Formats: sequence, structure tokens, C-alpha cells
Amino acid sequence: MNAHHPQKFAAAMLVAILICIGAVLVGPKVNAAADGTITGSVKLNGTAPHMKGIDMSKDPYCVKANANNAPKLENVVVGSGGGLENVVLYISEGLTSPTESTAVQVFNQKNCMYSPHVLAMDVGETFKVETSDNTAHNIHPNPNPMTGNIPWNQSQPPGAPPVEKSWKAPEFIEVKCNIHPWMHGWFAVVKGPYATTDADGNYTIKDVPAGNYTVTAWQEVYGKQTQKVTVAAGGSAKADFTFQAK
Amino acid sequence: MHDMSAHAHVAHHAPPTSFIRKHIFSIDHKVIGKQYYGLALVAVFVGMVLSWLMRLHLGWANLAIPGLHWLSSTGAPGDVMTPEYYLQLMTMHGTIMVFFVLTTAPFAAFGNYFLPIQVGAEDMPFPHFNMMSFWVTFVAFLVLIASFFVSDGPTLGGWTQYAPLSAVGAVAGPGQGMGVVLWAASIAIFCVGQLLGSLNFITTTLNMRTKGMSLWRMPLTTWGWFITSVMGLTAFAVLMPACILLILDHVAGTSFFVASNLVLNDQLQPHAGGSTLLWQHLFWFFGHPEVYIAIVPGMGIVSHVLVANMRRPMLSHRVLVYSMGALAVLSYMVYGHHMFVSGMNPVSSIAFSFPTLIITIPSTIIVLIWIGSLYGSRLRINTASLFALGMISMFISGGVSGFFLAQPSLDIMLHATYFVVGHFHLVMAVAAIFGIFSGTYFWFPKMFGRMMNETLGKIHFWLTFVGAYCIFMPFHYLGLAGNVRRYQAFVDDYLQPLIPVHRFITVAALVTGAAQLIFLYNLIHSRFGGEKAPDNPWQATSLEWATPTTPPPYDNFGGHLPTVYHDPYQYGIEGSTGDYVMQNSPEKVQSVGEEA
Amino acid sequence: MAKIFAVTIIVIAILSAIPIVRHTWWLPPDVSTHGQPIDEQMSETMAEAGLSFLAAQILLAIFIWKYSKPRPGEKIKNFPGGAMGLVIAAFLLVGTEVLALGAFGAKAWASIYLTPPSPDAMPIQVQAGQFAFYFRYPGPDGKFGPLHPDLISEANENFFGLDTTHDAASKDDIVTAEMAIPVNREIHLLMHSKDLGHSFYVPELRVHQDFVPGLDLSIHFTANKIGKYEIVCTQLCGLGHYNMKAYLEVMSQEDFDSWLKRQAALQ
Repeated sequence: MNAHHPQKFAAAMLVAILICIGAVLVGPKVNAAADGTITGSVKLNGTAPHMKGIDMSKDPYCVKANANNAPKLENVVVGSGGGLENVVLYISEGLTSPTESTAVQVFNQKNCMYSPHVLAMDVGETFKVETSDNTAHNIHPNPNPMTGNIPWNQSQPPGAPPVEKSWKAPEFIEVKCNIHPWMHGWFAVVKGPYATTDADGNYTIKDVPAGNYTVTAWQEVYGKQTQKVTVAAGGSAKADFTFQAK
Repeated sequence: MHDMSAHAHVAHHAPPTSFIRKHIFSIDHKVIGKQYYGLALVAVFVGMVLSWLMRLHLGWANLAIPGLHWLSSTGAPGDVMTPEYYLQLMTMHGTIMVFFVLTTAPFAAFGNYFLPIQVGAEDMPFPHFNMMSFWVTFVAFLVLIASFFVSDGPTLGGWTQYAPLSAVGAVAGPGQGMGVVLWAASIAIFCVGQLLGSLNFITTTLNMRTKGMSLWRMPLTTWGWFITSVMGLTAFAVLMPACILLILDHVAGTSFFVASNLVLNDQLQPHAGGSTLLWQHLFWFFGHPEVYIAIVPGMGIVSHVLVANMRRPMLSHRVLVYSMGALAVLSYMVYGHHMFVSGMNPVSSIAFSFPTLIITIPSTIIVLIWIGSLYGSRLRINTASLFALGMISMFISGGVSGFFLAQPSLDIMLHATYFVVGHFHLVMAVAAIFGIFSGTYFWFPKMFGRMMNETLGKIHFWLTFVGAYCIFMPFHYLGLAGNVRRYQAFVDDYLQPLIPVHRFITVAALVTGAAQLIFLYNLIHSRFGGEKAPDNPWQATSLEWATPTTPPPYDNFGGHLPTVYHDPYQYGIEGSTGDYVMQNSPEKVQSVGEEA
Repeated sequence: MAKIFAVTIIVIAILSAIPIVRHTWWLPPDVSTHGQPIDEQMSETMAEAGLSFLAAQILLAIFIWKYSKPRPGEKIKNFPGGAMGLVIAAFLLVGTEVLALGAFGAKAWASIYLTPPSPDAMPIQVQAGQFAFYFRYPGPDGKFGPLHPDLISEANENFFGLDTTHDAASKDDIVTAEMAIPVNREIHLLMHSKDLGHSFYVPELRVHQDFVPGLDLSIHFTANKIGKYEIVCTQLCGLGHYNMKAYLEVMSQEDFDSWLKRQAALQ
């Protein structure tokens, strides 16, 4: 701060504030008009690995909640036609302006499993952790402290209000419940627009401004793949990925 | 009797006049004693409110306690306590009660105020150390309370703070990072205060006794504080370095208490080579003497109050002193009974079992001397004597469960259950608190120049006595049924039928706790509006009742140290003033008791 | 006031003793072969502690009642026998009592903790971790594969850190979330903690032992009654401590064999 020239400082502040207001009023509209999409599908080539069943017998509530389905690990979930679920797609290169998202996503603890298994989100985006279970869980994400993301560990007893959080830096963060050690999921924190594949492996990244990009697909077991795409103003680009089963 | 010439002249420092030197940074042992009492009073109400919250949660696990989210938005979202917040409150309850109430009130508070007066000294030998010991303790309390305000709250590791839970850091749970560091720092600082205090107590007792005050002429309270300070000097000297090592494990990457290859939350920990059991050994080497540090001053106070109200000396002064001394010596040889199933060599469990059983002998002798002295006495019933007798009852009830916990084979069933919680609450917490109450009702007139209200005192006694039994007796039953302690809710099938018992205890705890507000009111009301107290309202014999004014002047005896002519408790004899002769009275009497 | 107090003490003492005498809350029935000395020792100790408790409380109450009455002119009396009598009584009565309890208790303890497991005891490994127990059976080869802490991944259900691709002994190891044991068969339980201090407490089985991280201990026991029991953690281990548990199923040998076969198929 320049204490010797208060008038100059005030003027600079005024300009800065006006620019900010302008950006807020004008920015999104300009982008929205030109936004395109990136779509595609992600498949697994080869035999999907065997997903172990989960024995929840330590907590009778969990056993009862899963009485009608056999719970199993969700590290690799393959749908019809080899479509790979829970793959996160995002733009790793080429973004020029930051995007903003207002939707608050929910990470739910249901039947002693995480739903969704992978929650993708933008840096700084607020998300809610909720519980539908009648047993207490603790939410214990494991970020790398070097990234600037701060680890936390908090219980959510039945009926407790949602926990609202956000992450500071892009990172793929494992989240666990220690009370139910099999409960395992991911917070995929990326910069810019993102999408997660559905049960058939399809995805659509919305609100992509026109430009040349590198799209990355990330899967928790198979890692990352990238492709270059060009999105025209208001147009749609396609990028399909195939991971090789190990 | 040793040479007293060194103390022939007294009152070399003039009383301070400024408010700060008089009431805040005072070097007067009486002010420091009152400051300790005040600190313990604040601490005990904090600790009690924490226990209310815990009890409510144990009775009704999903109960919303209105306003709790103001205390911690993450610990009690929607006013319902989370599991970790329960453990955090439990840890703070234990730490605050053991260190800042049970150690400070009977020992540091009353000891500071009355030990120098009872031996006929004008002050302690190191008054500045004494001032420092209080303010260091005060800082320790602030550091501990500060952990409520760090991001994930205070530590949840229990007052025993077992490693590696306490040593691996935040990955082990909320409060296990900064919370533990603050806890350990607080306790290390607290140890400094106690070491300084113990040093002062020992030196006062050994060097500052007035003419004629031989060791055997010291009242039982003085003996209690003296023995306690010897324990304090050795026990806190072990806990302090242990806490420093624990802090180093957090901030300096050492692994004193953490073994190699530990995996938490799927992360391999960077520590290697430490010992898990080392912490338990260090902690209990302090921890067991600590329970005697809490109770021995109470024994002294109860004896002191009882003789004045039985109008007779104890059956044997010396046997009581030797027994308290035996407790102190044995207390260092029994600590392993906390670790029977810890993974310590099972042969050492047997070795620790026998001294633990043998410590019941001096305890029994103390109780028998008390009860035996009641025989043929002229017992006066007042609030102080009711609390003293209540303490005996509590000490018996809590003591007999020691027979069980001293045996490793029974510890298989009872270790870490509510049986243990019931045992130590009765024998060291409630009994010590009863000693504090007894001392308060007894000495309040001397400390503040006003009498406490007897009617309110008796109501307080009745609610507390019956209430404490209603709370802590059922703990033993729960323990026999295998109810594990430190559970925030009872999800196990075999614990479900015990929940009604927990609800009964919760109601009893709320009522008994509320009864303490009567005490608080009585304390404050009597301080300002109580009846004016005479110099010796209980017709007692020891030197605190021989001060020229009430409360005593700055140098205790107005420039003339008393000379002592008698054993401490010359009751039940024909003296010129009634049925007692004061220690400083030159009157020749046929002395009672075995010292004559 | 003194009389009410005396009566209160006696009433409290008797009320406290009633649930003990009636066994309203008591140890759960013993299902182990080693538990009998513990139960006997518990009853012995309860009898002696209970009598001491009642005697001391009642004596205290009687003296409060009796000696709080004003007795003008009467001199202070000493308890018959004086302090020395009481000291001798304490040494004789309590001394013998505690030495006897100590000796018999030590014998009970030694019979459980200082005897080796029989060579044909069935080995089972239990691993404690925040906040669950997992169990490992050695499989047909009778050998446990080595543990690799760096491979532990609850996310992949590799709770123990086994390397089934490289370690031959690990390939047939069976990892389970509940513990099943055949009835009347001695179990040699190898205790391992992956993270913190925990404990293994089964009240019905009269078994209680802490896990020490970095120090693998073992205990042995035999269950003699078929049934389902709870294994609970008694060593404070964090926020989920209260919910750290597993079920222990004591089964017939046939049921156990088929249970183990089912578990092996799930690996």
C-alpha cells in the first residue's frame, strides 16, 4: 500500500472495483453466448478385473441396508458395451478464463457406500457431504499437504446436517470412512469445466468456450489419457477414450 | 528439636499497598492459596458442565442440546454431539478435573494458605517461586482451554493420552494434531508450577517451623501436604519430560512413542523405532502417585476437621502419619496395575499385583483409625464434619473395589470398563472433593472472616452425598456387565440393556451438579454477607486459629511468631478455656495421645 | 441429623449390595475353558470386599449414631485395644485377605497367561485398525504370508498388506471380517495392530488383551459353547472407538469347515 499518495491509491482501488463489477456483470453473458460442449464415451478394452465383495458384518446396520444386493468394490465399474463409469473428464490445457459454477453437488453416504463413488468438482466449488444412513460415518479425505488442500476428518452422525466444504487446489483426493474401512471414494478436483461418465461410459462437458484444448480422462485405477480437441463457438467436439484392462 | 535462632526475627517485608501486588501478583502465600482455590473453582465448574454434556449424550445419544453448536460448530452440528466431540469433552473433563481441581484445590490451595501458618511461619521461604507457581499453573490452564479454539478442537485421546494415538498427529483424528500439542504443553507447564510449589512446601515444612514445632507436633494436614509435596516433586518430574517428548514427536519428527510401519487411513506413517508402552510406563509412574497426590491432602484435611469435631485426638497421630507415608512409598510400586492387559510381560503383572494389594493395608489402617477414633468421642455434627464423615464413607466404597482391580485375573473382566471409572471417581475424585468441601466449610471463617451458612451447607451435603452414590455406585454394576468406558454411544448388542442405567446416572448427575450451585451461592453470599466469624469458631487447637486477627495479617502472626508447647490436637482435656488447649498455649496440661 | 445420616449410610450400603447379591448385573455366562478360575476369584473377591464394605460402613454409621449424642460429664474413651489393636487387626485380617487373594489370583492369572498354547492349537491372526478388526486364516498350507505395511490398502480390501502375486504363503490366506472358530478347539490368536493401540475384549470368552503397535502378541483360548458373541475394542483409538467391533461365531467343526470354504471362495 502506498501511504504517501492516498489519492492515487484511492483512484486505483476505484478502477479495480469497477473492473470487478464489470467482469461480474458482463463476463458470464459473453461466455454463455459462445459456449460449446465436449462429448464422448470412455470404454474399457479387455476383461474387467474382479471386484471383491464387501463383508460389512462389523456394522449390522450396513448388513441390513444391503440385504438385497451384494455390495462390492467400485474401483472399476464397467457398464453395457464396455462403458467405464466414474471416469472424470476435464480440460487440462487451453483454458484461458476461469469458469464458475453455482450448482452445489452432493456427496452422499448411503447404505454404507459413497454415492457417487467419484465426485468431480471445480477448484473452489462448494459441495455438500450428506448422510442417508442410520449409523455414524466419518469423512476423512487424504489430500497431499503440499498442494495446499487441508485435510479434515469429521463425523456425521445420523440426521446430522450436511457438511459444506470446498478444495483450494486441483488434486485427486481419496476419501475414506474409518468407521467403515471399506468405504472409499474420490474427490476429483480440477480447474474448469468437467464431467463424469455415466453407467454406460458417456459424458458431456458443458460450458466450454471456443478454443483448442487438451482433454484428460482420469480413472482411479488406470490413470490418465489425453486428447486434443477444438471447440467452435457454440459447437460440440468429440473425444472418445479407451483404457486397457491390466 | 532443631535450632530456631535463624528465624528469631520476622516480618522483614512490609505488606504491599498497590492493588496489583496485593491481589494479583502477590507473594503472600495466603493470597496465592486463595488464587489457587479460585482457579480450582472455575476449573471444577467447567469440568462439571463438560460432564453434564457427556452424561446427556450417554443417556440420549441423538439428543440436541440447545446452543451446543455455539461451543463448536463442527463438534455439534445441529446441536447434536459428534462422536469425536464427546471424546474431546471427556478428555478435557478428565484433564481439568485431575490436574486443575484435584491437584490444585486440596494441595496447592489449602496447602499454600495453611501450611505456613500451621507450622508457625510468616511466609514460605521462596515467596516469588510461590507466586510463579500459581501464575505458571494459570498459564497452563489458559493453554489447555485454548485448545477449544483451534480449528479441530481439543485432543480426544483421554486424560491418559496413550501413544501412538497421541503421537502420530492429525491423521489419527480431530484434535490429535494441535490439540495434543497444546495439551502436552499445558501439562508440562503445569508440572513446572507443581514442582515449584512442592519445593516450597518441603522447605517450609523442614526449615520454617517455629520454636517448639517438632515434626510430630505438626497437624495431620501439614503432614498430608508435606508427604504430597514429596510425591509431587518426584511424580511431576517424570511427567514433564514425558510431555516434552510427546511434543517432540509432533513438531520435531522424533518417534519416542511411535513404532515403525504404522498405517493410518491407508497412509504409511513416517515414524520408526519408538515404543508404544514407554508412554504408558512414564505416564503411570506419574499417574499412580498422582491419585495419592489428590487424596492424601484430603485425608489430612478430613483428619484435621474430624479431631476438632470429635473433641479428641486421633487414636494415633503417628500411625496415621506412617500410613500416609506408606501410601506415598507404595504408590510408586503399584503403577503397573494400570497395565495388566497392556501387553506388558504377564509375570510383571503378578509382581505389580502384590504391592497393589498390600497398599490396601495402610489404607485400611487409616480408615480404621478414623472409625476407631469416633468411638467414645463427642462428635459434633456440622457441615464440615458431615463432609469429613462422608469422605470416609466414599473412601471405603471406592477403596474396596481396589481389591478387584489389583488382581490381573479380574482385570481381564474389568479393565477399561465402568467398574474402573466408578472406582477412581469414588476413591480419588469424590473422596477428594468431599475433603475440599470439608476444608472449605471448616476454614472459610479463617480465610474470609465470615461464617458460611450452615443450612445451605447441609442441603448441599445431603444432595451431594446421596447424589454421588447414585451416580457412581451403578458404574460398578455397568462394569461387571462388561460396559466399556470411553464409548460415546452403546451400539453393541450386549450394551443395549444397560442404557436405562446410564439414564438413571445422567439424571443423578444433573441433580447433583445443580446442587453445587447451592455451594457456589453459599460461598459468594457468605463471603460478603455471612455472619462475622470469631477467631476460633470451632474451638480448635492448631496455629491457624491462633492468629491475632481473622483473616490473618500479612505476616500471619503480627510480628511475633508463636511458640509451640503441645501436640497438635489437645482436645477432650480440662484446659482453662474449655475442653481443649491450643498449641501455642503455655498452659501445662496432662497431654493426651501416645506422644505424651 | 446424625441419626438420619447413620441410617442413610446403612441404607445406601445395603441398597448398593442388593444388585450384587442378586446378580442383577453380573459377568455374562462363561463360554471358555479357562474362565472358571476367574469367575471363582471374582466371587471370592466380591464376598471379601463386600463384607469389608458392609462392615466398615455399618461400623461408621453406628459410631456416628452413638457418639454424636451429647453425654455431659462423660470422658473421652478410647477404642478397646487402641490404635495398636487396629493396626494389628488390619495387618492380620486385611493382610491375610490380600495375600490370599493375591496368591489365588496370581494362580488364576498364571493358568491363563503363563501357559503356552498346545502345539495343535489353530492359529488365527487378528489385525486391529481404526475402527475394525480383520481376521486371517492361514489356508491349506498352514502358513501365514508376510505382511507388507506399504501394500495395505483398505480401498482395495488389502487390509493386511498381503502380496499374493509374490508371496506363495499368502496366496491361500483367507481374510475375513468376522471371526469364526470351531467349538472345543484351542485357538492361538496372533495379535497385530496396523496403526494404534487397540484391545480385544470378549466378555463371554473371558479374554481381554491390548494390541501393541510394533509388538505382536499372542493369546490362546478355547470356546466351549456354540453361539455368536461380540468382540469389542476397549483401548481408546479415536472417534470410532465405540463402534470398533466384530462378531465372533463359535460353530461346530462342520459348520466351521463350510464357513471357511465359503470365505475362501470370496477372496
